[in-house]
Amino acid sequence: MAEPPVVEVRRISKHFGEGPARVDALREVSLDVFPGTVIGLRGPSGSGKSTLLNVVGCILEPNSGTMRLNGELVYDGKWLRADLRGLRLEKIGFIFQSHNLLPFLNAWENIAVARILAGAGAAQAKGRALELLTYLGIERRQDAMPGELSGGEAQRVAIARALANDPRIILADEPTAALDSPRAAAVMDLLRKVATERRTAVIVVTHDEKIFDRFDHIYSLRDGALEPTRASAA
Amino acid sequence: MKAGLPAVTAGREVNLALKDIRHNLGRFLLTCLGLSLLLGIVLAMVGIYRGLIEESLGLVRAAGGQVWVVEGGTRGPFAEASRLPGDTRIAIAAQWGVAAAGGVSYQNVEAQLRGQTKRLLVVGAQIARPGEARLVDEGRPIIRSRYEAVVDRGAGLVLGEQIKLGRDTFTVVGLTSNLVASGGDPVIFITLRDAQKLQFDLTPAASRRESVRSSGTAGTTDTVNAILVRLMPGVDAKRFAQDITRWKHLAALTQEDQETVLARSVIDRARRQIGLFTTLLLTVSTVIIGLIIYTMTIDKKKAIATLKLIGAPDRRIVGLIVEQALAMGIISFVAGVALINAGQGYFPRRVLLELTDAAMLFAVVLVACLVASALGVRTALRIDPASALAG
Repeated sequence: MAEPPVVEVRRISKHFGEGPARVDALREVSLDVFPGTVIGLRGPSGSGKSTLLNVVGCILEPNSGTMRLNGELVYDGKWLRADLRGLRLEKIGFIFQSHNLLPFLNAWENIAVARILAGAGAAQAKGRALELLTYLGIERRQDAMPGELSGGEAQRVAIARALANDPRIILADEPTAALDSPRAAAVMDLLRKVATERRTAVIVVTHDEKIFDRFDHIYSLRDGALEPTRASAA
Repeated sequence: MKAGLPAVTAGREVNLALKDIRHNLGRFLLTCLGLSLLLGIVLAMVGIYRGLIEESLGLVRAAGGQVWVVEGGTRGPFAEASRLPGDTRIAIAAQWGVAAAGGVSYQNVEAQLRGQTKRLLVVGAQIARPGEARLVDEGRPIIRSRYEAVVDRGAGLVLGEQIKLGRDTFTVVGLTSNLVASGGDPVIFITLRDAQKLQFDLTPAASRRESVRSSGTAGTTDTVNAILVRLMPGVDAKRFAQDITRWKHLAALTQEDQETVLARSVIDRARRQIGLFTTLLLTVSTVIIGLIIYTMTIDKKKAIATLKLIGAPDRRIVGLIVEQALAMGIISFVAGVALINAGQGYFPRRVLLELTDAAMLFAVVLVACLVASALGVRTALRIDPASALAG
C-alpha cells in the first residue's frame, strides 16, 4: 500500500498489577492500520480489546513497545497528559456502544462541542455540525435532544461528533451493539463511507457477527495476544 | 459547506454549565428555592441585628442629650440600675455650660390593650426638657403635666385612644415611629411625675400599712434613673462629664459613651447569637451547595468522561462545575434578597437591610460556592476518560 499507516503499533505490552496478581492485558501486539480501511477487532471478554483501544486512543500508556499515530511517536515519555488530550481531540474520533451523547446538548451542539474544544468559533462549529448532519442524512434532527433521537439517529450523531475535527482515525467500541440488524448495517455503511471518502482509518471493536463481513480485515485478540489476521469476506 | 445546508446563525459559544442547568431546570430551581430561603434567613438575621442596633440606639439618640448623669459607680440605666434623687437635676442645671437638664426614668410595664397584654417601655420625662419625645410624627408632644402619652406606632394605638397604666388612664396625644426598647417593646412617653407615680404608688391598703410602718413619714418617690444634659454651644461634653464625675455620688457619660455601653452590654449578646446563627446557616448553605454540585457531578460522570475522552481540557470540566455552583449561589442570593424585601414587613422585629451587608453576604456566598464546588471538581478530575468506553 502506498500510503503510510495511520497507526503503527509495535510489540506493545500492557499489564496490570504485579506479582501473582499480575494480568497481562496485551502481549507484544503489533498492528498497522492504513487510511481508508475499516478493521474489526474481536475477541472474548477480557481478551484485551478495550486495552488495545485505550492504548491506540492515547488514553493508556503501554509498559513496552511503540506506537506511532500519523507518523508521530506517541508514548516516548515526552508527551504530557494535556498533549495526549490534544492529540485525541485533533487526530482521533471516538464512537461508543451507547452513543454517549451529552444529554444536555441537542444534536448539533453535541457535534459542535468537539469543534469548539478544538478552538473553533461558535458559528464555525455550528456550520461544521450542520454540514456533518447533512452528510450523514439527519439534518432534520439537528435540534433534537439525545432523548428524542432513535438509537440509529443517536449513533449517527455520535459518528458526526467523531468526525467533527476531521480525525485521522476513528475508534468505535461496539457501535452496533445496541442496534437492530438494519440499523447496524446502516451504521457500518456510514463508517465505510467515511473511510472511503475521507481516507479515515476505522477500528471497530465488536462481537457482532452480523457485521463481520463489513471489514477489510478482522483481528482476533485472545489472552492479550493478537492472532493471525485474515481478510474479511467482503 | 455543501449546498442546501440550513443557514448558519452566528450562535453564542455552547455554555455547558447553562445547558446542563436547563436540562435539569426543575431540580436546579427547586434547589435554588431552598437555598434562597436559607440565604433570605441569613439576610433577615443581619437585618434584624441592624434593626436592633438602630432601635436601641434610636432610643438613646432620641433623648436629645449630650451628657447622661447617672448614679455614681454605675454605667447608666441601659446597663444596670441607676437611681438619683430627682432634685439632682436642679444642681446639674445650675452648672456652667448647661443649656437644659431633664430627669428621665425607664420602666417596663405590661398593659392591657383591646383585650391583649402588651409589653411597653415607659419613659418618664419632663415637658420641654431633654428626654421628652422630640420626634412626634403625628399629633403633638405632651403639654399637660398629667395623663397624656406619646406612644410608638408599634404599640398599635391611635391618636385619642386611651390606655391604662397602673391605676391611671392616659390619652394618646402623639405618635412616634421606630422608637422601641432593645428588646423590641414599643416606647410610651409620659411625664416624669406620672412615671414616678406609676412606679411607686401603692394600692390604698398597702399605702395605709406603709404609712403606719414609717410613722407617717413615707420615703420620697422623686427619683430618676438619669439626668439628661444639653450643653451650650462650644462646651466640651467629655470635659463636662469628667467634672460631674468628681462628685462622688454621680457618674456621667457622654452620648457616645452611652451608645457604646448600650452596644456592648445589650447588643453584644444579640450580635453573638445572630452571628452564630448566621455562621451556621451559611455553613449549611455551603454544605447543601456542595452536596448538590457533587450529586450533579456524579450524574454527569459519563458525560464528563466522554468530554475528557474526546479531548476537553481540565479547565473546561472545572468551569462546568464551578459555573453551576456560582449560578446556584447567585440565583439563590437574588431570590433570597427578593424574598426578604417582600416579606420584611411581616417580621415581628424591624429588619433593616443595608446595601453593604447584602454586598458582603454576596461575596461570602460566592466564596461558599467556590468552596462547595471543590468536592465536585475533585470528583470530576478523577474521572477516568477510559470509563466512557465502558459500556
